[in-house]
Amino acid sequence: MTNQTKTELENLAIKVREHIIRMSTDGGCFIGASLSCTDLLVYLYNNVLNVSPETVSDPDRDYLLLSKGHDVPALYGTLAEKGFFPADRLRNHLHTNDSIYWHPNRNVPGIEFHSGSLGHLISVAAGIALDIKIRDGKNKVYVILGDGELNEGSVWEACLVAATQKLDNLVVIVDRNEFQANVRTEELQPLEPIGAKFSAFGWSVRRINGHDFDELESGFSQLPAEKERPTVIIADTVRGKGLPSIEKRADRWFVNFSHEEVDQLLKELHGEHKTVLTSETLMVR
Amino acid sequence: MTYEEILYDFVQKDDRLIVMTAENRAAIRNLPPKLGKRFMDAGICEQTMIGMAAGLALRGRIPVVHALATFLTLRAFEFIRTDVGIGKLPVILVGGVPGFLSDGNGPTHQAIEDVAIMRGIPGMQVFCPSDAEELAAGMPAILESGRPCYIRYYAGPAPVKHTAPFELGKAEILGKGSDITLVTYGFLLKEVVKAQSILDGKGYSVGLINMRMLADADKEAILSAGKTTKLTVTIEDHFQTGGLYSIVSEAYMEYLYENDWGFSSTNIIRDNPPFKYNYQEDFRLAKVFPIALNQKWFKPALLDRVLDYEGFTGEKLAERIEAEYLKIR
Repeated sequence: MTNQTKTELENLAIKVREHIIRMSTDGGCFIGASLSCTDLLVYLYNNVLNVSPETVSDPDRDYLLLSKGHDVPALYGTLAEKGFFPADRLRNHLHTNDSIYWHPNRNVPGIEFHSGSLGHLISVAAGIALDIKIRDGKNKVYVILGDGELNEGSVWEACLVAATQKLDNLVVIVDRNEFQANVRTEELQPLEPIGAKFSAFGWSVRRINGHDFDELESGFSQLPAEKERPTVIIADTVRGKGLPSIEKRADRWFVNFSHEEVDQLLKELHGEHKTVLTSETLMVR
Repeated sequence: MTYEEILYDFVQKDDRLIVMTAENRAAIRNLPPKLGKRFMDAGICEQTMIGMAAGLALRGRIPVVHALATFLTLRAFEFIRTDVGIGKLPVILVGGVPGFLSDGNGPTHQAIEDVAIMRGIPGMQVFCPSDAEELAAGMPAILESGRPCYIRYYAGPAPVKHTAPFELGKAEILGKGSDITLVTYGFLLKEVVKAQSILDGKGYSVGLINMRMLADADKEAILSAGKTTKLTVTIEDHFQTGGLYSIVSEAYMEYLYENDWGFSSTNIIRDNPPFKYNYQEDFRLAKVFPIALNQKWFKPALLDRVLDYEGFTGEKLAERIEAEYLKIR
């Protein structure tokens, strides 16, 4: 990857993270999970997905589905920066005059399907991929799952079916930020070895650092990894990435910061500051 | 045409149709080899089948999915509600051996809340054919409706000569009666027709409504009968909660409210015990007697024995209905 491309991606990721931070007040959002998949989404929409604001309904477009829907601020920010809708609309977050809320829905241009209940969209993505196969299409279907989401039995049911149907146009990305809602995944219900699990289900497995654009480039190059097999890309990430004051903190899952905290976090994002967070911890939403 | 023939015919002429199953091929046994890529068996994975059907529908397909009614509507309920329902996607859900038809399987297999939960999903249609003829007659309109639909599958021989052409949201009026009106749907129509004939032979004037669809339900047909008969009897192999009896109750309440009759004041119930309303004769409606499974699963056995034990044979229905009619007359 050229330095110029990398700088472009890094700048884009900064802008998306700024959007996420701005959505973490006046009602708040799931900030940690949004920040962990930001680089993934930025890389996908900038360098991988064959989709643009003009082709959101084109049957030959690539599809991106967000199965762990609570990280949607990262998708809102990415879609806004890529011109799918004006960034001004993000000010409507949690207002009834728009459809920008805590989970994705199709009223937002560029969003393919709603989610919020975990373990659904790998099946929906498999259905889209199957139709593309039946029609001999060349496009691919990408679906982002949370690592905690792998608790859901329906994920593994769909893995079985997708492998049987030889859906090599289906790419699952696991945002491996090592946390579920309130606790570390490995403390609650250990998931490792994740790769071996998918492999045993007949999937091709890749594992990359989900914040390193060079590794993202190699991870998403030459797909499918193997003919007639679906691919899983396990992206190791950091919950809260970009804001040291909330990184890897179990108590900063859903947050509703004060305006002052948001101003400080925006500075912290640019490495100028360490924020002192006084807002109460929200463990449920 | 049989159900299989109808589906096959549609697959041939309509590129959108895809036939799916969660390893239940009872209704489509001969289709897989004929359909090629337009058929998919997901294995015993009802949730994944529904999610995939939603994905296929997003691509413009009309998936017709098959599974046993209980596992389809219960195991995959959240997928139906969340992916198909919220998505307003035209997925056709075909539930096999609903109601009493699960005969000896036991309560795990008794789909007797299926109508309640399916009609609880906004936009979902519920079609309960009483025989193969009606199923075949309804399929084209259901497939073309552009909306999701749950089909309470039954494809036995027709117990009556159907005269009314199939129309979405319309019941079939098989007779009008000034004493009693029987209202039913699906497989039980056969027994209800027998009951009607027995009561008729005893000199009662008995009407019969075959609901056909429980969502969108034909409330006009229910109210119209309620205005001209003395006792309406709902008969269903379903829990009393949430099915036909509930639909009739809702229709009554809406009617009473629309006619500014009865409940305009919170004190009216306290101040006016039942049947002492100063109501206008114009708005009088027949009493409603439910015959359903009231807070219970049914006794598992061979179908004929189930009907007899639970009191749903034509003869037993006639007895129960006559006893109730004599009480209220």
